[in-house]
Amino acid sequence: MIDFLGYILISIGIFFDISGCIGLVRFPDVYNRLQASTKCVTLGTIMILVGTALIIGSGAIAAKAGLCAVFILITSPTAAHAIARGAHSAGISLTDKSIVDRYAEEK
Amino acid sequence: MRRIVYFIIALVVWLLLTWPFGSADNGLAIDWQVVLVGVAAAIVVSVLFHEIMPAEYKFFFSPVRVFWLIVYIPVFFYYILIANFDVVYRALHPKLPIKPGIVKIKTNLKTDAARVALANSITLTPGTLTVDLTDDGTMYVHWINIKSTDTKEATEYISKKFEYFLAKIFE
Repeated sequence: MIDFLGYILISIGIFFDISGCIGLVRFPDVYNRLQASTKCVTLGTIMILVGTALIIGSGAIAAKAGLCAVFILITSPTAAHAIARGAHSAGISLTDKSIVDRYAEEK
Repeated sequence: MRRIVYFIIALVVWLLLTWPFGSADNGLAIDWQVVLVGVAAAIVVSVLFHEIMPAEYKFFFSPVRVFWLIVYIPVFFYYILIANFDVVYRALHPKLPIKPGIVKIKTNLKTDAARVALANSITLTPGTLTVDLTDDGTMYVHWINIKSTDTKEATEYISKKFEYFLAKIFE
């Protein structure tokens, strides 16, 4: 039963990861792409880790998986923030569909 | 005090990574060598690097704050889940329904830890990504589907739902 739950979690995690990658290809500019990759990859990877911990079920693996999940949760948005800020200061403009850019207006 | 908190965190991470507690087969025997090495390493690290520990470490000693943190975690995961379905919808929709741009929002949170937590929460939740954060509490947020370009209304939409919890946890 717990194995089954683990496989379901891993499947959902892979689905989110793949959707994130599709978003990465389809979205028009670096900021939108970051949105897709950060959100989906964070949750997808955490789900895969939790599913792995459930299937293997030993304390050592579960502890490492939990630790990895916490680190991903902290570092992934921070990295996205750094890339977005770096891209903006490097002068990469938003896509033509964009409505407003308050950051460029006020700098 | 700061050193002690740092020591405990370093030791717990070490124990979780090396897991010296054995398994059910050998009666959960603890490998004391590994624990001792961990204690030594944690002492060195906490003595040398205690200054980079944020000043908000006192947070660990307040049960009220820990309680609000535990309340916040399911709320946070709920928004992450919504964010994922939102991105999946936008990425797989043939017409790519996006309306992006960077808006400005104001936060009332004062401490650094609270602002960082807010910035990370905004990045992981539906359609928003923090681009920059200034000292006076102004945040520039990339929004994939803009509902309002006004600073006040954008703040309502984006950060109100987290500020209530984060103020209780960190301030």
